[in-house]
This record gives sequence, C-alpha cells and structure tokens, in this order.
Amino acid sequence: MLEINNLHCKIEGKSILKGINLKVNKGEIHAVMGPNGSGKSTLANVISGHEDYEITKGNIYFKSNEINELSASERAHEGIFMSFQYPVEIPGLTVTNFIKTAINESRKAKGLDEMSSREMLKKIREKSSLLDIDSKLLSRSLNEGFSGGEKKRNEIFQMVMLEPELAVLDETDSGLDVDMLKIVANGVIKYSNDNNAVLVITHYQRLLDYIVPDFVHVILDGKVIKSGDKSLAKMIEDKGYDWLKKEKK
Amino acid sequence: MDFKEKLLDSHLAFEQDVDLLHPIHKYRKNALKRFEKDGFPNKNDELWKYTSLASIVQKDYHLSPIPDSNIELKDIKKYFLNDIDSFKLVFIDGVFSPFLSKTTHDGMDICVLSAAISKSKYKKTIKKYFNKIVPENDSLSSLNTSYTKEGAYILIPKNVEPEDPIQILHFSTGVQNSIWLQPRNLIITESNSNVQIIERHQSLSEHKVVTNSVTEIYAESNSFIDYYKIQNDLLSSSLIDNTFISQEKDSNVSVHTFSFGGNLTRNNLRFYHKGSNISSTLKGLTILESRQHVDHNTLVNHAKPNCESYQDYKGIFSDSSVGVFNGRIIVEKEAQKTNAFQQNNNILITDKSKVNTKPQLEIFADDVKCSHGCTVGQLDKQVLFYVNSRGIPEKEARALLTYGFANNVLESVNIPNLNKRIKKLIASKLGVNLGFDL
Repeated sequence: MLEINNLHCKIEGKSILKGINLKVNKGEIHAVMGPNGSGKSTLANVISGHEDYEITKGNIYFKSNEINELSASERAHEGIFMSFQYPVEIPGLTVTNFIKTAINESRKAKGLDEMSSREMLKKIREKSSLLDIDSKLLSRSLNEGFSGGEKKRNEIFQMVMLEPELAVLDETDSGLDVDMLKIVANGVIKYSNDNNAVLVITHYQRLLDYIVPDFVHVILDGKVIKSGDKSLAKMIEDKGYDWLKKEKK
Repeated sequence: MDFKEKLLDSHLAFEQDVDLLHPIHKYRKNALKRFEKDGFPNKNDELWKYTSLASIVQKDYHLSPIPDSNIELKDIKKYFLNDIDSFKLVFIDGVFSPFLSKTTHDGMDICVLSAAISKSKYKKTIKKYFNKIVPENDSLSSLNTSYTKEGAYILIPKNVEPEDPIQILHFSTGVQNSIWLQPRNLIITESNSNVQIIERHQSLSEHKVVTNSVTEIYAESNSFIDYYKIQNDLLSSSLIDNTFISQEKDSNVSVHTFSFGGNLTRNNLRFYHKGSNISSTLKGLTILESRQHVDHNTLVNHAKPNCESYQDYKGIFSDSSVGVFNGRIIVEKEAQKTNAFQQNNNILITDKSKVNTKPQLEIFADDVKCSHGCTVGQLDKQVLFYVNSRGIPEKEARALLTYGFANNVLESVNIPNLNKRIKKLIASKLGVNLGFDL
C-alpha cells in the first residue's frame, strides 16, 4: 500500500531524512520508533504532503502510484490520514462542521454527492460513541480549550470518520493519561482491518502495549537502522536507543 | 467652483423647499456656518489620518437628484429581509417611497422625518431630541444637519416591542450620475421598549453615489436596541455613516456593522452614556477585496458608573483593499466600575492589502477594567496544512479558516433570517460552497 524508496528530504535547507526505505502492506500495523530529532515526525509530515518538506531524492508510492507531487488534500483524497502530534485549534469552527466539510470535500473529489445530513448525523453519533466523546464537545470550536487528551481523541475521531486506507499516527500517545490512552488505542484497533494499514510513530513503547504492531522500525539520523517485530520495541523499552547507536557505528 | 462652494451656494435653493420658520431651521443655518468654517476633513485631522476624502470631494454631485419613479417592488425585493409584511422605510434617491414602504402610527411611529418635522404633534419630541448628540466639531455631520430634510423617524413608546425587525433601506438608481445623498434618521426608544433595526444603503446601478448619513439614536432607560448595518454596495458607491447613540440608565444597545462592499466606507459610531448600568456592544465584520476601503472610527464615552462596553471588530482583506480601525474609549472620572473591552483582529490575505489599527484609551477613573488588543496577521501555515491534510483543498481551507475567524461576530446576530443572509453573503464573497450551512 505504502512504499517508500530511498527517501531524502530537507527542511529549510537542512537534511532530515537520508534514505528511508519502508514498505507497508494492507492489513499491517507498523511502528516507527526513534529518539527525539531522528526524523520520525518529518517522515509523517512528508507522507502527508507538508509543503515545507522538500523531497530531494527518492519516491513515495501509495497504492502503486507515485505521490511525491500530490498536495496534502489530494493525498487525503487518496486515503492518507495523519493524526497530528500537535493538533491545531480553529476558533469559530465547530468539530462537526469541520468534519462535514472534510468528508464532503473528499466525496466531491471522488465525484460523489454530498453525504445527506441524516447519514452524516448517524455516522457522527456512531463514531463518537465508539470513542466515548460527549456530543457537547462536537459543537465546540475545533480543539479550542480541549485538553491534550481530548485533542488526541478528536484526531482519532476524525480518522474513523474519514476512514482512510493509511493512518499515520504521529506521537498520538503523548499527553494521554492511561484511561484516554486505552480509549484512543481501542479506537485505532477497531478501525484497523485487512483493507487498511496503520503507521504508528512513537518515542515510547507504551502505546504499542495497546496497539500491537506487526513490524517495528527504528529510525536514527534520518535512516531506518533496524527493523523487527514487536520484541524490538520491548528491547528499546528496556535498553533505550543507545545500544542501537553503538551497533550502528 | 469646488464642491464645498457648491454645497454652500446651493443651500439657498434648498431653503425654498423647507419651512424656514420651523425651530430646526436654526440648526441647519448654524450647521452650515460650521461647515463653511471647517470644510471637509483632511489628513491633518487626527481622526482622518488614514482615510482621504480628497478623491471623493474633488468631484461634482447632484444635491437633489430626480428619483427614478419607475422602481418597482420586484427591483428591490431581494434586499428585503422577509417575505412577510414587516415595517420598512424605503427611500429612492433620497426621496421617500410610500408605495414601497410600510409605515405605521398605530401604537408606535415608523415614518419619515419630514412628516415628524412638519406635524405639530411631534413638535415636542423633535425639540427634545433633534440634533442633541451630534458634536459641533464634526464637519460632515454639520453638513448633513444643514441639509436635513428626509430620513427615517422611529419612535417606540414605553413598553412596546415590535415583533419584527424594522428595515431602513436607501436605494440609489442612477437616473442621474454622481449624486450626493444626506439622509437624516432619528430613532427613539422609550423606557422598557425593545426594537431591532436593519439599515442598508444600496445602489441599483453602477453610477457614482456618495451618502453622508447621520443617525441619532436615543435609548431611554431600560430599552433595548439591536441595530444592524449591512454595507455591501457596488464599487461605485461611497458611504460616510455617522451614527450617534445616547443611552440612558439600564439600556442596552448593540450595533453590528457588516462591511463587504462599496468604494470608500467610513463608519463614525459614537456611544454616549447618560446613566448607570448601561451596556453597549459594537461588533464589526469587514471582508474586502479589490481597492475597497473601510474605516471604522468608534467612540464609547463612559460617563457614568457601572457601565460596560464590548467592541469586537474583525477584518479580512484581499487584493489591495485597506482597513482602518480607530477605537476610542473615554472613561470619565465619574465612571467608576466601568468594564470596557475592545478587540480588533485582522487577516491580510495579500501582500498589497493593508490595515491601520489604533486603540485609544483615555481613562480618568481609577476603579475600572479596560482591555484592548489588536492583531494583524496572515492565515497560519500550519493550520492550513492541518485543514489540507483532512482533504480540504487550499481555497476551501482558506475560506473555512476565514469563516471560523469571522464567526464570533455572527454568533450575536439575533435575527435568524439575517444571520442566514450574512452567512450566504460571506460564502459568496469567499467563492466557496463548504457543504455545511455557512
């Protein structure tokens, strides 16, 4: 589904990714781990099409098509979703109106009619109850005054509403208490199926206790230096990243 | 002959049409003298630093245009708020159209100023209120006063609450090119009354028109006024709106100004407090493009204790449009426990658009709460990326963020039909259909 070949990328002239290779198939859950500054969040942003990140070499393929040149919204229409590490606040725009617009813009791009209000409402009810979201929160301005946990849960809510084929979760566990972590993880697990894929980007192993990955990749200095199964995440939890840095040298 | 001279000279001709013995005529005469002395404001005047009338007043205008008598309901119906038969005052090229209006003297007065001036039964009211809060040093208001003849006259008596909003609609038709209109409105709400008013100036064809309007509003004790100004005129039209509001104790007046069009628009909005426990709200939403220029010049004069004022102006500027906000708050020595809030936020969409914003607080009391803030910025890139990443393309994303930015001004529009109308106007301004009820 997602194939990244020898990806190099720069931001403001600074090289961040230096030859990433990654392949994610349908039905798989991948975790990308790494210390701060290793390039994890950059990878998430590049996959989602952030304009500030310049691809200098290599390719990103999604469903067998190269997407290097697609805009963020076009990638979303193709089925890519990113849960943000720092979700933005939009005063004056309710969660409901935001998600309605997002869904209908994707439908428009696919040549479909707008979703009927009744269908939309039903879907919003269903998905928000899955994530234990109070309906009052949905009529508030997007993320404005939300707690850290509420913001992250709202990201997952948008994900389950938009039903992407690839979900990139950038540090979704940061700022969550255990109860919220369970709710959020549960939302991801319920969403995950044989036709979609999840890329979990995280510093800590904690989230992976709940969202169990099929593959774990470790990024250091803009490169995947080690891949393995979930036991790799356990090792990092026990030993940190230093041994990998030494091993690399 | 320049236009100022023409205005001075033409007054003799104007006088042939009015009652020279009426008490208000001395106001006209005095105001004309003041205008003769002061002339049009220029950039040396601190209050006119960022708005120049030069390009407007260097031209010539018809002062008493011939109205188009062929205007029918179908030509103007789309500017009416409701299909229902609510009270409205329609003026065509400055002349009242009884045929297109709906007035009343039953339980309240919704009629025209010329009638109120000429009929003896209104003599006391006119004497009590006319020209009582218009500052003498305001030359454009003086000019309007000197030519006072026609406009809206609304008197809501004690304890009366009209069911529907009252509309004041000034149309210009373009039968003659280059016209100069000077409507004069007088609105009085007696104690415990409650009224909603919508005012609009609209050209029906692309001819040059300048309107120099004065509205005096007197809110007696515990009365409520909810006033809306819709400014979405053609690029050929300019508007100088001078609105003066006098509030007695426990009254609550709110003015929303929606500025989406016109060539040059200047809003002089002045609130004067005459009692305690007064609430004043001034909200504005300005969305401009091309070379439009809108200047909001506000004043809230806190003169009595325990009053509050709330100002929130938002502006969105594209192309080479220009916005000005000059918000002055005076808190007099007696006005203890004043709570005054002022906010002006602006988004510049293009490099060529421009905003001048200037809060001005003069506080002479020591136990007050006053806050002010202004921002000028662009749409945040990270926020745009976030919205894009949800599948919302650039243009729609910008519109969505603009809508969000503007929305808290809309939240307090208490007339559902008007709220809907304005949202539609915004959507068409932004050129999008966002798939929810904007």
